[in-house]
Formats: sequence, C-alpha cells, structure tokens
Amino acid sequence: MHRDHDEAFPERRTYSAADPVRRDGRRRALRIGLGGPVGTGKTATVAALCRALRDELSIAVVTNDIYTREDAEFLLREAVLPAERIAAVETGACPHTAIRDDISANLGAVEDLEETAGPLDLVLVESGGDNLTATFSKGLVDAQIFVIDVAGGDDIPRKGGPGVTTADLLVINKTDLAPYVGSDLEAMARDAKAQRGHLPVAFTSLTTDDGIKPVTDWIRERLTDWSAGPA
Amino acid sequence: MSRAALLVLADGRFPAGGHAHSGGAEPAVAAGRIKDAHSLEDFCRGRLHTAGLVAAALAAATAAGRDPVAVDEAADARTPVLALRITARKLGRQMMRAARATWPSAELDALAAARPQGAHQPVVLGLAARSAGLTPLDAGYAAAYEAVSGPATAAVRLLSLDPFDATAVLARLAPDLDQTATAAAATAARISDEGFDALPAASAPLLDITAQQHATWPVRLFAS
Ligand SMILES: Nc1nc2c(ncn2[C@@H]2O[C@H](COP(=O)(O)OP(=O)(O)O)[C@@H](O)[C@H]2O)c(=O)[nH]1
Ligand SMILES: [Mg+2]
Repeated sequence: MHRDHDEAFPERRTYSAADPVRRDGRRRALRIGLGGPVGTGKTATVAALCRALRDELSIAVVTNDIYTREDAEFLLREAVLPAERIAAVETGACPHTAIRDDISANLGAVEDLEETAGPLDLVLVESGGDNLTATFSKGLVDAQIFVIDVAGGDDIPRKGGPGVTTADLLVINKTDLAPYVGSDLEAMARDAKAQRGHLPVAFTSLTTDDGIKPVTDWIRERLTDWSAGPA
Repeated sequence: MSRAALLVLADGRFPAGGHAHSGGAEPAVAAGRIKDAHSLEDFCRGRLHTAGLVAAALAAATAAGRDPVAVDEAADARTPVLALRITARKLGRQMMRAARATWPSAELDALAAARPQGAHQPVVLGLAARSAGLTPLDAGYAAAYEAVSGPATAAVRLLSLDPFDATAVLARLAPDLDQTATAAAATAARISDEGFDALPAASAPLLDITAQQHATWPVRLFAS
C-alpha cells in the first residue's frame, strides 16, 4: 500500500472535511450540517443544542442566510454562544450552492472560528431555509441533520427527496403543533421509515423542556464515534 | 500543460466563492442603473475597461512570474476602497483553497503562507493559471471574463432577467474581452523595463463608492 508523504505533497492539505486532523496534528472538530425548509426550526435546534451542550463542549456555529444575517443575529441576541463563536456566510441568494457546490466560504469560516475560538469540539453549520433537495457536501460536514416540521404537511416524509431520504438524522419538529394542524405523527414515522430504512428519525418539540434531547443524544453518539476515529 | 485548463479555471462553477458576489451589480440594480439587458451591457463594459482591466493585468503579471507578494502590494495600491480590499482578499483566500486543490504548486503554497488571510483575488487567479501551465494572456482572459460574468449572473437573479439575454450580453462583449486580455498581457510584459507602474490603475469611482455603501446594507442578496 502506498501512503503519500506529507512533505512531498504538502499542498494536498486543503483542510476540507475529508481531512480529519488539524494543522497541529490533533483531530479537528466534528462538523454537523443542519438543512431543511424555511421555518421548520433549524435555528431553534441550533440554539437548543448550544444551550444543552456548551458547558461540556467547545462549540461554534456557521450560518448561511439567504439574504440577511437573521440567523446569526438571532443566535447572538439569544446569547447562546459568545459572538466570536458565531460566523455568518453570505450566499448570493443560493444557500444550497454555498453548502454543496462551492463550499469555499464555509470552509474559510470554519477555519477562522478554529483560529479565533478554537480548539473546538463541535461546529454546527446551518443552511438557510432552502428546499427539499438541498444537501451538504461531504467536503464541508461529517454528518447532516435534515429538519422538517409537522406543520408543513404530514406528507413530506412520503414525498422524500435527498434531504429526507439520505440525511444522517431526520428531525421532525414541532410535534406540539400536531393536534392543531391535524398531522398524523404515526403516518409520518411510517413514511420516514419507508424512505430511510435504518437511518434514524427524531421527533422533537422545542417548546417543551429538554425537547432537544433526542438530537443531543444523537450528537453525543456521533462525537464518541468521531473521537474514536484514527487521529 | 493543457490549454483546456483555462476552461476549468474560467468556468462559473469553479468553486472559489464567486457565486456570492455581484461585482457591483446589486447596488446598480437598486439605484435603477441596471434595469434590462441594454443597461447591463453598459455596466459590464464600463466595469471591464476599469476594474476588469486592472484585475486582468494583475493576473497576467502574476502568471508571467512576477513576485506575487509585490503584485499583491500593487493590487492594494490600486484598490482605494476598504470594502473592495476586504472582498478581494476574501475571494483570494477562497480562490487559493480551490487552486491548491486543483493545481497544487510550491508557488501557491508560498503565497498562501505569505498571505494567510488572502492575497488579492486577481493575484491568486494569476498564480493559479501559472500553476495550471497557462500563459499570462490566458490569465488575463480569465480575470477579464470574470469581471463581466459575475455581474451578468447576478443580474439574472436580481432582476429575473432572461438568462438568454444576459448570456447574449456576454457574447457581445467578446471583442472587448479580447482587447482587455491582450492589453493586460502587454502591460505585464512591460514590468521588467518599467516596474509595477506599467500596470494600469483605471478606476470606476461609482463602483468604488457604491461598493462601500453596499457593505453596510443590512439586507442584501450578495456579499459584494
Ligand atoms: N410550536 C413550536 N414552534 C417552534 C418549534 N421549533 C421552532 N419553532 C418556531 O418556529 C419558528 C421558525 O423557527 P426557526 O428556528 O427560525 O426556523 P428555521 O428557518 O428552520 O431556522 C420560530 O418562530 C420558532 O420559535 C417547536 O418545536 N414548536
Ligand atoms: Mg434559520
């Protein structure tokens, strides 16, 4: 087996997600992408994750807004993290391009956060609400969460699409609203299972205490796997 | 190396961050200066012969083997507006990441080490062209084309302009692009005799002023 020598090809280090170690040789932060339609609760999920995990982990957040800095400003206003741990990437009206086709601005933002607030354990990258086809490049994140909600119609899991079908975790949020919008949670679970096979699904309600728990549990598992990987 | 590398470098989908920038088109659309294909063409022609010419000459000079750090200083001197210097360096850093992954070279590594926060984008573009085995003229073409293709794509998104009309604008600018790239390569060749003063310093004051204003807009579609 041939192994490339670091000195002979130093230029191959482009610090994308393909590269699990930092410049100093230590394992870099786990990067999790959060995508999904507008208003389903991505920013609320990021905020809840930060509140639940910030005492035990060093966390930073990158937001990709469509045309404002709303998400970054919401997180700052809510003070879920200090300002130097939150970066906003501008996407030229195309968040799916910035998270999938041309990830250079996002990689730069992650690098800057590592530099100013690092070393980090966890970086959350939120995509501006886009559509059901937006997915993150493997060059940017290690795993992705797709967030939908019960209010957007209980047939979304059945419709599928790359986000619903392939995301590492599907979050179905706002279960507290199900009775009011007439969404059938059991049908959603069944359809999600049919689309996703063994990939996990989490039902959440962020208006209830510790409603984020299924997602924090999943992230803890990912972190355990990540730190067990080769350094 | 292969001339076809120029197609890769100049492709609008080359992943170096350009998609998030309008090249001044967003404030021009808001002010009503770009409102249709005709006014888009005027805007692009103006940008090409000012900012575009300077960018093309910087790219050609770097591709010709001039010290990239010195060319970067020349670029800084030719970019009087802070917002545009920040944009040029941000895009330069993104171009550097893409270039090192696509055409790795010791020269790119050296510039990345000398300018960790990014050299001016046309300088990095020129060095990417050099690493790809392309000529100074090729680098001038890539920079000149980018100076007009960015605003044209942005105008399609901002105005819902017919994409065929926008592409026809680019096609009509082809002779101007030839002229700009050729002039850029010619000035780059004069540096050995005349120093960096041979590089053009054409400016478009309205682009400069509106870029600085745009940087303070709270709501906008494009980063610049
Ligand atoms: N009832 C209810 N509202 C929620 C829940 N999660 C988020 N929201 C609200 O839904 C709206 C959109 O949330 P946001 O996180 O901004 O969505 P994003 O566009 O996906 O980032 C906000 O008003 C949230 O307060 C939930 O679990 N239940
Ligand atoms: Mg959001």
